[in-house]
Amino acid sequence: MLFLTYLINGISLGSVYAIIALGYTMVYGIAKMLNFAHGDVIMIGAYIIFFMIYKFNLPILLSIIISILICLLLGIIIERLAYKPLRKASSLSVLITAIGVSYLLQNLAQLFWTSSNKIFPNIISNGSFSFGSISISYLTIITILVCLLIMLVLTLFVNKTKIGMAMRAVSEDKDAARLMGINVDRTISITFAIGSGLAAIASALFCAAYPAVYPTLGSMPGIKAFTAAVFGGIGSIPGALVGGIMLGIIETLSKAYISTQLSDAIVFAILIIVLLIKPTGLLGRKVNEKV
Amino acid sequence: MKKLFTILIVVMCMFSMTACSSSGNSNNNNNQANDVQAIKIGGSGPTSGDYAEYGNAVKNAAQLAVDEINALGGVQFVLNFQDDQGDPDQAETAFGTLMDWGMQLSLSTTTSGAGIRVSPLYEENKIFAMTPSGSNPLLTLKGDGNNENDYYGNIFQMCFTDPNQGIASADYISMNNLGSSIAIIYENDIDYSVSVYNKFMEQAKNLGLNVVYEGTFVDADTDFSVQLTAAQQAGADLVFLPIYYKHATYILNQANTMNYAPIFFGVDGMDGILGQDGFDSSIAEGVYLLTPFSATSPDSNVQHFVSEYQSKFGSTPNQFAADAYDVVYAMYECVKAGNITADMSAQDICDAMVNQILSLTFTGVTGESKWQANGQVTKVPMAVVIHDGAYTDPQ
Repeated sequence: MLFLTYLINGISLGSVYAIIALGYTMVYGIAKMLNFAHGDVIMIGAYIIFFMIYKFNLPILLSIIISILICLLLGIIIERLAYKPLRKASSLSVLITAIGVSYLLQNLAQLFWTSSNKIFPNIISNGSFSFGSISISYLTIITILVCLLIMLVLTLFVNKTKIGMAMRAVSEDKDAARLMGINVDRTISITFAIGSGLAAIASALFCAAYPAVYPTLGSMPGIKAFTAAVFGGIGSIPGALVGGIMLGIIETLSKAYISTQLSDAIVFAILIIVLLIKPTGLLGRKVNEKV
Repeated sequence: MKKLFTILIVVMCMFSMTACSSSGNSNNNNNQANDVQAIKIGGSGPTSGDYAEYGNAVKNAAQLAVDEINALGGVQFVLNFQDDQGDPDQAETAFGTLMDWGMQLSLSTTTSGAGIRVSPLYEENKIFAMTPSGSNPLLTLKGDGNNENDYYGNIFQMCFTDPNQGIASADYISMNNLGSSIAIIYENDIDYSVSVYNKFMEQAKNLGLNVVYEGTFVDADTDFSVQLTAAQQAGADLVFLPIYYKHATYILNQANTMNYAPIFFGVDGMDGILGQDGFDSSIAEGVYLLTPFSATSPDSNVQHFVSEYQSKFGSTPNQFAADAYDVVYAMYECVKAGNITADMSAQDICDAMVNQILSLTFTGVTGESKWQANGQVTKVPMAVVIHDGAYTDPQ
C-alpha cells in the first residue's frame, strides 16, 4: 500500500516534468536546438501569474491566459534577438547563446523583482480523490490531463495542419523546405512561440505543486525535464510524457527505498544506461544519416 | 532592431543606477556624548543595501541601550556604528575607521561573513568584542572551527552558534515534551543545516529522544512527498526542520496537502517564513521556532524594551535588535563590576572585560546567558509558536 502511495507521488512529480519536457522536445524536434532558456521562461510565466493575481486581482484563468500570451511574445522576442542572427552558425554557438539568455532572464528577474521568495497562489483546490487508503490529489489528475491534452493537440497540430506540415518539413531538411517555398524563419519563430506558451502552462502547474517563485526557479526543473525529454527520446512528443513520468517514478522510488541522498545519482545512472542501450531514447526515432 | 537593443540597454543601465542611488543611506554618527569621559563602543553592520534591516535593528537597539545607560548617570558610553553592508571588505574598512576613532569596546559585526574577516583583527589589536548576531562558530574559533579549544579569547557571541541551535532545540523539545517520535528533514548540501543536525542528534541521544526518521534533500529539491510520507509512516509527531524557510514553505505546503499535521520545529533559518509575499500563514499555524527572543513575552524587561523601541523607531524589535540591546547591557554589567573607566587603554579594558564576562550571569531580554572561554554563549532555549500569522508565546 505504501508502495502505491510512493508510485502516485512519483507519477505526480513526473507529470510536472513531462509538461516542461514537452516544451524542450517541441523546439528540439523542429528547430534542432536545445533551448536552455526554457526553464527561465517558466520562471517569468510564474511571476506574471503571481502579479496578475495579487497586484491586479484578476481571476486565475485569465491570469494564466495573459501569462501564456506574454510568454508567447517573450519566446518570439528571444528567438528574434538571440537565435535568429545565429541561424547559420554552428549548433554549439546557439547552445551557448541559449545559456546566455537563460542567465539574462534570471538576472533581469532578480533586478526587477528581487531574489526573495514570492508564494504562488493556490490555484487548484487542495482536495483529493480517495480509493481506499490511496488518495490522488486533484492537482495530479489535472496535471496529467492537461499533459495528455497538450500532447494530443500538438500531435494533431503537427500532423494535420499546414503550419505543422511546414514544421515537419523544416525539421527534415531546412534547405529543401526553403526551396519548396516554406518560410523557414517564420516556421521556427512559430515553434518558439508555441514552446514558450507551453512554458507558461507548465509554470502554472509546476507552481501549483511547488508554490515558491524566485529568479532561479526554472533551472533545476529545466534540467530534470530536459533529462526526461532525452530519456523519452528528444523530439518525440509522446516520448516527453513517457520520459517525464518514468523519471518522476524512478526518482521517488529511489528516494523512498534506496536513499534520499543518492536519488539524483540513480536517476542519471539509469539515463546513461538507457542511452547506452538505446541511443535515441525510449521512443526516439532512428534517423539514418546519408553520407 | 539594433536601435531597439540599444534603447533596451540604456533603460537597463538607468534601472541599475537608480537601484544604487536609492540604497545610499545617510550615515549619522552619534557623537553627542563625546565631551563626557565616555567609553567608546564601536561596531558595524549593514545599515544600507540588501541586509539593511539587520544592521539597522542592531544599530537602533544598541543606541537605545546606550542612551538608557547614560541617563542613569554612572558609566557613560558612546556608540559609533559603521555601515559595512554585510561585506567583509567593508567591515575591514569600518574596523580601521573605528580604530582611528579610538574604539575601546566593540559589537564586532552584525553578519557572520563580515565577522569572520575582522575577528583576527580584534585579536591582534586586543579589543574586547561581542557580536550580537554573528552565529557562525568561526567568529570566536580559530582554524576551521572544529576545535572548540582553539579560540580568539576576546571575542564573544550573544546568540547561539549555528550548531548549538541543534543542542538547544533538543533541550527545548525534551523539556517541554513536544514530541514522542521525532523525524528530521535536513539539507545535506549546506554546513548550516548539517551542523545543526549533527549537534541535535548528539543531544537527542543524551536526552533519550526517540528519533524515528531522518531524511535529507539538496537545495534544488522542491518535492518532499517521499520524506513526509516516510515520516508519517514512521509515526513521527514532531518534525525537526533545521533548514531555511524556502524549503520549509514547500514542506508545510505538501504536509498540508497530504493531511499530515505533526508539530514542525524550526531554528533561525525558518525566521522570515511569514514575510514572504503571498504566504498563506494558515499552513504555518502551530509551527515552533527556536529563538532567543519573543516580543510578545510577558517578561517586564522585554515589555520595557519593546515599548521603548517601538516608540523611538516605530517598529517591533526583532531578535537582532534584542541581541544588540543585551550586548550593550552585558558590557555595562562587566564595566561596573570590573571598575572599568574610559581613561584605561583598550588592551587593559579587554583583559578586565574577559575576566568579568566569564564569571557573569547576565539576565536580559534574550533570557539568562553565561559565556564559555571559547566565546560561545549558553542560555536557556526559548521558542515561539506561529499563531494566526504571528509569533506568539507558546503557552
